[in-house]
Amino acid sequence: MFGEAHMHDQWIFVAFFLPIGFIAAAVPIIAARILGPRKPNPVKLSTYECGVETVGDTWVQFKVQYYVFALIFVIFDVEAVFLFPWAVAYNQLQLYMVLEGVLFILILAAGLFYVWRKGALEWS
Amino acid sequence: MTIAQIIFIAISAITVIASILVVASRNLVHAALWLVLSLAGVAVLFVLLQASFLAVVQVVIYIGAIAILIIFAVMLTRRVMRETKPQVNRYWWIGALAALLLFVTLVVILNQVPSAASSVSELPLPEEDLLSMLGTALVDVDGFVLPFEVASVLLLAALIGSLVIARPIKLDAEEGDEA
Repeated sequence: MFGEAHMHDQWIFVAFFLPIGFIAAAVPIIAARILGPRKPNPVKLSTYECGVETVGDTWVQFKVQYYVFALIFVIFDVEAVFLFPWAVAYNQLQLYMVLEGVLFILILAAGLFYVWRKGALEWS
Repeated sequence: MTIAQIIFIAISAITVIASILVVASRNLVHAALWLVLSLAGVAVLFVLLQASFLAVVQVVIYIGAIAILIIFAVMLTRRVMRETKPQVNRYWWIGALAALLLFVTLVVILNQVPSAASSVSELPLPEEDLLSMLGTALVDVDGFVLPFEVASVLLLAALIGSLVIARPIKLDAEEGDEA
């Protein structure tokens, strides 16, 4: 199946970098486990946050606005997926085809305008 | 076994294990994180099928947006986030039945695919050409220009609808003051 290796050429780099990424993250943690002396006492084991005493719980509740932003992000994420093939084919398109893509963007720009005017983008 | 098969089996195993952990985790946030791993495994399967565009879409939309949205939704609700509930309720057998039915249906359908069609073959064109053909077809009058523009309107409707539903009540109050 090496004959079809060339068709995955562009992904071979990812295949190499992915394990390197995991190893690079794992090595310091494991090395610290093996090399570091362990003499725990209550002060050492307490939670710290850049030297400041921690406040409250680790599981904090998010503001609702994060969710609104995430929802808007999903919409424009899907828009990007539609526009990507259009942008790839850009050089082979006729003018009216390009304009159809622009219309696609404009319809969603109206949505962005609505969101903006409704004040959902304001951080309160 | 070829290298591609070994990769396929390894990735499939990771995907299946992560999927099981999604429904088996007692903590909802952990379940959402396992879902990310499961979706990433599916993205790699797309790569193995030479569907690079679908793989990128999988990462951008499902991991980048949907999974994050789920995590946000869980983190918004403090009670759900903290509680570790049992994984089954009394309707578990309905879900198991549905899963079994789906599995049997898939096996039956896959068995009907002729073996010649299920063997691996090269793509007729390079992936880049196929992608630009897709792009042309999306805006071609003889192609899918109407669904393309309707998709835009659908996204607009989804945007406005989600905002109407998800808008914080406080914003409504402010608007009421202005009026």
